[in-house]
Amino acid sequence: MNWSFLFRTALADARTQWGKLFLFISSIVLGIAALVAINSFNENIVNDIDKQSASIIGADIVVTGNKAIPEELAEAIQALPGEKSREQELLSMAFVPKNEGSQFVRVKAIEGNFPFYGKLITEPASAAVDFKNNGTALVDKSFMKQFGLVPGDEVKLGDQVFIIEGKLMNNMGASNLGAGFAPTIYIPFANLASTNLAQPGSIIDYSYFHKVPADFDANIWKSENRRTFSNESMRIRTIDDQRENLNEAFNSLNSFLNLVALVSLLLGCIGVASSVFIYVKNKISSIAIFRCLGMKSNDAFIIYFLQILVLGILGSLLGAFIGSAIQILLPKVFSDFLPFTVATEISWSAIGQGLSLGLLVTILFALIPLLEIRKISPLRTLRTNFQEEGTGRRDPLVWLCYAAIILCLTVFLFTLTGSIINALIFMGGILIAFFILYMVSKMIIWAVRKFFPRNWSFVLRQGLANLYRPNNQTQILLVSLGLGTSILSTLFIVQGLILENVNAMDAGAQPNMILFGIESNQMEDLKKTTRDFDLPVVEEVPIVTMRIEGWKGRTKKEWLQDTTVRVRRWAANRETRVTFRDTLDASEKLIAGNFVGRIENPGDSIFISLDEGYAESLNVGLGDEVVFNVQGMLMKTYVSSLREIEFVSMRTRFFVLFPRGVLEDAPQFQVLVTKAPNEDVMAAYRTSVVKAFPNVSVVDLSSILTTLNDILKKISYAVQFMAGFSILTGLIVLLSSLILSKFQRVRESVLLRTLGASRAQILKINATEYLLIGVLAATTGILISLVASWLLVRFQLDFDYKIRFLPIILVFCFVVFITLFIGLWTTRDVVNKSPLETLRKDV
Amino acid sequence: MIDNAIDKQDVLKIESLSKTYKSNAKDLTVLKDVNFNIQAGETVSIVGPSGSGKTTLLGLCAGLDKPTNGSVALFGKNISELDEDQRALLRNENVGFIFQNFQLIPTLTALENVTIPLELQGAKKVKEKALELLDRVGLKDRANHYPNQLSGGEQQRVSLARAFSNEPKLLFADEPTGNLDGETGDKIENLLFDLNKEKGTTLIIVTHDLELASRTSRVIRLKSGLVVSDKSN
Repeated sequence: MNWSFLFRTALADARTQWGKLFLFISSIVLGIAALVAINSFNENIVNDIDKQSASIIGADIVVTGNKAIPEELAEAIQALPGEKSREQELLSMAFVPKNEGSQFVRVKAIEGNFPFYGKLITEPASAAVDFKNNGTALVDKSFMKQFGLVPGDEVKLGDQVFIIEGKLMNNMGASNLGAGFAPTIYIPFANLASTNLAQPGSIIDYSYFHKVPADFDANIWKSENRRTFSNESMRIRTIDDQRENLNEAFNSLNSFLNLVALVSLLLGCIGVASSVFIYVKNKISSIAIFRCLGMKSNDAFIIYFLQILVLGILGSLLGAFIGSAIQILLPKVFSDFLPFTVATEISWSAIGQGLSLGLLVTILFALIPLLEIRKISPLRTLRTNFQEEGTGRRDPLVWLCYAAIILCLTVFLFTLTGSIINALIFMGGILIAFFILYMVSKMIIWAVRKFFPRNWSFVLRQGLANLYRPNNQTQILLVSLGLGTSILSTLFIVQGLILENVNAMDAGAQPNMILFGIESNQMEDLKKTTRDFDLPVVEEVPIVTMRIEGWKGRTKKEWLQDTTVRVRRWAANRETRVTFRDTLDASEKLIAGNFVGRIENPGDSIFISLDEGYAESLNVGLGDEVVFNVQGMLMKTYVSSLREIEFVSMRTRFFVLFPRGVLEDAPQFQVLVTKAPNEDVMAAYRTSVVKAFPNVSVVDLSSILTTLNDILKKISYAVQFMAGFSILTGLIVLLSSLILSKFQRVRESVLLRTLGASRAQILKINATEYLLIGVLAATTGILISLVASWLLVRFQLDFDYKIRFLPIILVFCFVVFITLFIGLWTTRDVVNKSPLETLRKDV
Repeated sequence: MIDNAIDKQDVLKIESLSKTYKSNAKDLTVLKDVNFNIQAGETVSIVGPSGSGKTTLLGLCAGLDKPTNGSVALFGKNISELDEDQRALLRNENVGFIFQNFQLIPTLTALENVTIPLELQGAKKVKEKALELLDRVGLKDRANHYPNQLSGGEQQRVSLARAFSNEPKLLFADEPTGNLDGETGDKIENLLFDLNKEKGTTLIIVTHDLELASRTSRVIRLKSGLVVSDKSN
């Protein structure tokens, strides 16, 4: 084999048509760009997690729990060498005297020099330390902005007014997403008591921070103490845990992003395969001449393979370059999801990975049409319409290519998901979507031929016939546009449905405010205040906190140590908030046993009702014994019924429901649920409650909705950004396919022009074709998205499915318009110039 | 003596040749029981009306296609026993082509088109030889032009230069002047016969043009796939 000659011939043959050739390969550029951008972003995240884990967690060892550290563990904590710090965190209302505003906030009372690594970023910078000494507060920037506050203003937490020392700019260890719902306020630990916020029944998270000497191994200490601490519902975390958790969390994000990139790459590859197919068709006569002059079939194949290889490399390099540029944007797009800053360094390994996968898949896709070259007969030099024998049968090498493509992609998916089952499911999904689009395009071509409207006008008939005529682009455009449309449409449908379902919670007579942390002696006054605002008391619920001591004759500790039984630790360890009543409410459904609403005589057996899922987590069933520790007193109960609880409205819900006649005298706090007609009443009522009852927290649905809307907007922005890759790739495939179809169609358009067709007629013929392709692709894509979104909503999100027409119509119009626009834009050359000029230039 | 012995060899031997194409409705037999031999140095025309099987016969003779029945022996080798690549090698080493529609590769220059057969042979001084031939056909100064920058006559001259570049023992010409006007066609004809004489090539021309056919030493006439006459001029 004369490689030098083959290479020179490949270059010489391509020399006059690099522009056209590059168009063939352009569709993979974005796919590779997406892969490189995402891999670079991921590598930077992994590096930054490594570098920043310590400053995110802020200490070498953190012990957390929802109670103060018990005596028996305090010793182990005290024995730790190095520096110590502690924090108590609770949710409460903050009142702003300056403008009488109030907001649900996260109060963090801190003692010591935490964070030991990293720092609280404040404005002014000195505030991060000064607030601890001055008994003042650090207030989250969004809260400051919302109420127009500046350092020196006041904020009231419970019974205590704090002067604001500074603005808190970062959110240690958490992303910014939750900040909108409950902004953080730091106060000195010593000042927490004076707020009177920490009451029995208050939900308080306790954290103990330790900075240990460099020669002390925090992980060994953790492994020695983990079980003892976890039996007391205390959790130990180290810097390594933080790193691992973050890596796990961002692996999911990375997998999602990579899947999106993969879809773009696949779309691009289909574009390449289709372009190369047309390219090979255009080259048949040249190949036949080569063969006639004595060139071996493999040599002829190599000439064109080399061209595609070189172009594939160039396209991939360009893609890698664009990808490296785009990855600078990604940290900005995802900044709200990240609890740390991400560098934007060029990642050579990401570039290498993107290039190799991109190039491999591109070449495999291009090989499918390229392999046909080997079959081209030299007899075509004598008879241009000669058909080689056996062309109907697929070449085994082509099947091998298909198998290699599926294998490559499955391996790639496996590396992303870490599960061969998931990789196969996703691969199967892609194949099914492709198959549906392919079959739809086949059916359309068949149907147009079969039921061709022969009495339509010439122009419409021409446009319609273009759908099935030789060298048509129907299949490739339907697949690429249809896939892009289905991604876009699924995104909009699901996003809309989530928002609609959340908004539905606010509809009609559903309550929209919950007040909690109410002491029993405040209840009557609070009810009066509520009625003064003309608001109904929808629910008035007493809550008793307790812990599970044991069940089915074994202690909690014994259950948790038994590795043969699966008991959920969270279910066993949580501080249980229990209510008592004699009826089930509308959101509850009895699914097993008998509900017992009242105990008639003290000393009778106590029959409780459990949430079905909660019972399963504890491995408890009907008739089983459960022992609770009600603030020091052990209480034996029996499970008499199981309930299913619907989470559809803003009401209180309880995993454990006691009958009346048992807990009435136990220490308890109250919850009140009401419904305000509008935001103004809500705000006035909230302020009035916070002023009169500083320990009471008010959560209103409108703020949850606002936060949720905000979060969804941010998520959908990020998803849209990524889906943009797929859409843009689809459009490039569309553009290159249409430009190619222009090369295919230019002869007939010019001939029609020569025979006297007007500019308008040519435009109408083309418009008919592209309009039909746009409509068919959009319709098929939307139908696929309806099925996909239904599956997603039904099985993943678990709420009612309703078709929302507006986003569907918008997506439909967008796809049809863009197809028509690009289609007509590529035709302009033919219609704007004289037939001869076009003939000389293009043919 | 040795040269003479080679000269008198059959460069092409056709025996009981027939070709049938399968079509949807029924089989179509284009050539039926064709027999003839062509010796080295002969110039032969294959003439006949449209649809008589001339081009099919040329394709079979040149090893571009395989017969349905019978045999084609090209330089003593039965082409039915060769695979596609072996036939390509046989063509490259022994055969040249001239086509009615020139069949130049549009993306290569005139010079590059002429060099292809030489390059395929792995010959040395390819460029010099190709330029020499282009000079011979009067197109040395157009060597770097692409086919679409050349007139029909010029393209056919490039095609002639290419056909002779590998110094073939046998040259097939399919209607070599069919796409050219009378005057240009005459010039191409002259050039073809002159070059043929210079190189001592065996020439087989498929043509409608009886005047062109009269310039060859032998005329084989086809009608409906059958050889109806085989006469020397």
